Amino acid sequence: MSNIAVTDAAAPSTAAKPFLNRLGAGFVNRLVIIVPYLWLLFFFLIPFVIVFKISLSQTAIAMPPYTPVLDFSDGVSGFFAGFRNLNFDNYVWLTQDALYFKAYVTSVIIAAISTVLTLIVGYPIAYGMSRAPATIRPTLLMLVILPFWTSFLIRVYAWIGILKPEGLLNQLLLSLHIINQPLVILNTYTAIFIGIVYSYLPFMVLPLYSSLEKMDYSLIEAAKDLGCPPTSAFWKITFPLSLPGVIAGCLLVFIPAVGEFVIPDLLGGSSTLMIGKTLWNEFFANRDWPVSSAVAVILLLLLTVPIMLFQQAQARAQEQGK
Amino acid sequence: MKSLGSIRRDFAPWNDPNAKPYIQFDNVTKKFGDFTAVNNLSLTIFEREFFALLGASGCGKSTLLRMLAGFEEPTAGRILLDGQDLRGIPPYRRPVNMMFQSYALFPHMTVENNIAFGLKQEGMPKPDIEKRVAEMLKLVKLEQFAKRKPHQLSGGQRQRVALARSVAKRPKVLLLDEPLGALDKKLREETQFELMDLQQELGLTFVVVTHDQEEAMTMADRIAIMDKGEVMQVATPAEVYEAPASRFVAHFVGNVNMFEGKVAERSANTTRITGASGAQIVVENGGAAAAANADIVFAIRPEKIKVSSKKPADAVNALEGEVYDVAYLGDMTVYHIRLDDGQIIRASALNAARVTEDPLTWNDRAWVSFRPDAGVVLAR
Repeated sequence: MSNIAVTDAAAPSTAAKPFLNRLGAGFVNRLVIIVPYLWLLFFFLIPFVIVFKISLSQTAIAMPPYTPVLDFSDGVSGFFAGFRNLNFDNYVWLTQDALYFKAYVTSVIIAAISTVLTLIVGYPIAYGMSRAPATIRPTLLMLVILPFWTSFLIRVYAWIGILKPEGLLNQLLLSLHIINQPLVILNTYTAIFIGIVYSYLPFMVLPLYSSLEKMDYSLIEAAKDLGCPPTSAFWKITFPLSLPGVIAGCLLVFIPAVGEFVIPDLLGGSSTLMIGKTLWNEFFANRDWPVSSAVAVILLLLLTVPIMLFQQAQARAQEQGK
Repeated sequence: MKSLGSIRRDFAPWNDPNAKPYIQFDNVTKKFGDFTAVNNLSLTIFEREFFALLGASGCGKSTLLRMLAGFEEPTAGRILLDGQDLRGIPPYRRPVNMMFQSYALFPHMTVENNIAFGLKQEGMPKPDIEKRVAEMLKLVKLEQFAKRKPHQLSGGQRQRVALARSVAKRPKVLLLDEPLGALDKKLREETQFELMDLQQELGLTFVVVTHDQEEAMTMADRIAIMDKGEVMQVATPAEVYEAPASRFVAHFVGNVNMFEGKVAERSANTTRITGASGAQIVVENGGAAAAANADIVFAIRPEKIKVSSKKPADAVNALEGEVYDVAYLGDMTVYHIRLDDGQIIRASALNAARVTEDPLTWNDRAWVSFRPDAGVVLAR
């Protein structure tokens, strides 16, 4: 008898509990999601709107050096009147001068080649780290991060000392009689590739390492057991399973490399053309804030749109897998 | 010695002196640094045998299996498979397949592609692969899951995929590393019988590593009991249980009572043993042939000891004590009897009837009795 009474009493409370839980969990979930959205709003969206606004104005000899747009200083009517002054002249200008188009294209190509080179250099490093004895892995990880403790600028400057005609590399090669004449590396695209691969290597190695490290080694053994030689096992098992790391690493290298300014400026010299340098020139040399803002907006679109399309495709592929 | 009977099937090549061993470990030693995982071990396994390596973790059983698969090379000694020395042959060229403890299913491939993986490596024509995969899926009853990924399956289903993948290539030997370790008890028991049926159906040689004695007893034709890198006994489940070769084996498999004593008198058929407290028991010969006055132990299983409130009139061996503990398990009752010399004896009685007229309970005086052939004499 007492058993029946207990179950009767318990029934309503078990029905009510999930409802409360759901409400509570939903609320907490929403709070957690709000934080990154606020972050994006303040540190990405608002600055972007400001840049976009500047790109729609005109240069002026003033401080800041552009005609005010959508300004509240003239009151609400002035704000709306400002709409009439907006125009896309700066964007039209970008299409008229072939320089910008060429700069965009070379930037994307240089970034793409550098990304592939970084992947080729970074993958063996990450693979070696993930297969190293667990006791020395933290040390290896430390060594990868160590360069960050020195200024990026100084490290790029150091490469000038290595690559210049009378630099360390040429001295070494000359003294070893491998070459008779100093190689011209500095102020070429080769120097840019070296600089980007060197500077962005940790961004490639770290995501690769984290995806390789958590891979179950028994999968490789299983592949071998089923008749798969080691090289083939790498391409059929290890590499496909490290793809999330490969993609993350490539995006982390490619995106900043497209807009890279310091490396092409210091190592690439004046003959190389990249959009980051062009942007800098517009901004500081020509003091044309509106055009440089337009360059920046286009650069952003150039990078975001393919990434968004790519992510959508990935999400779809994942759903199909289920 | 009386026969233990044919427990499983009419299959006993190990008793045939002309039978050719299929897998042969010859004085195999494996060291990892200072640690000796396998120590000068020799073992033979026959074709179509279901062979179990049983032992506690770290006893070297998995290392033995991995050496057979080719993931480890022996430090010394050699391993032969069907007459061929396996030394230097990489895992991907050995005609053995392994089912991993973690299953090691490829997470980025569907069930189908997991099973087909080994066949593709072999370069089997595509229509044949499809046929074989379908056959394997049917064998493990996963036809409707062919397009799923491993993470969309339950533990039991994953285990079946792993099994199907490892037998798809029809290996000469299938190695199973704790094949049922990750399943819950009920599923494990069902799967044990399925594995046995599968082995019969495919006619393969199975070598299974397990730490679960029940699993080994259920499935295997023969069991090798291992400890510290050495084989303690290789025998059929019945022999391992009823005629353990050593104290270690007797203790490791099932429950056992040990009477320590000295050989007082030895006749043609029986040995009289004097216990430490002076109690005398008479046991049938067999096991360790002990000389007079030798220190020995008599090992006897709990179910072979009868507990009664009065001294049985016809008992050869009867010792008196007090009921110390009673555990009612449903199908049987386990008694712990404290003998008058202080030793605690474990005895189990099958509950054949629903009620008993004379139930024993805590602190009752009780007699334990057993037949002379109920246990074995072992060296101390």
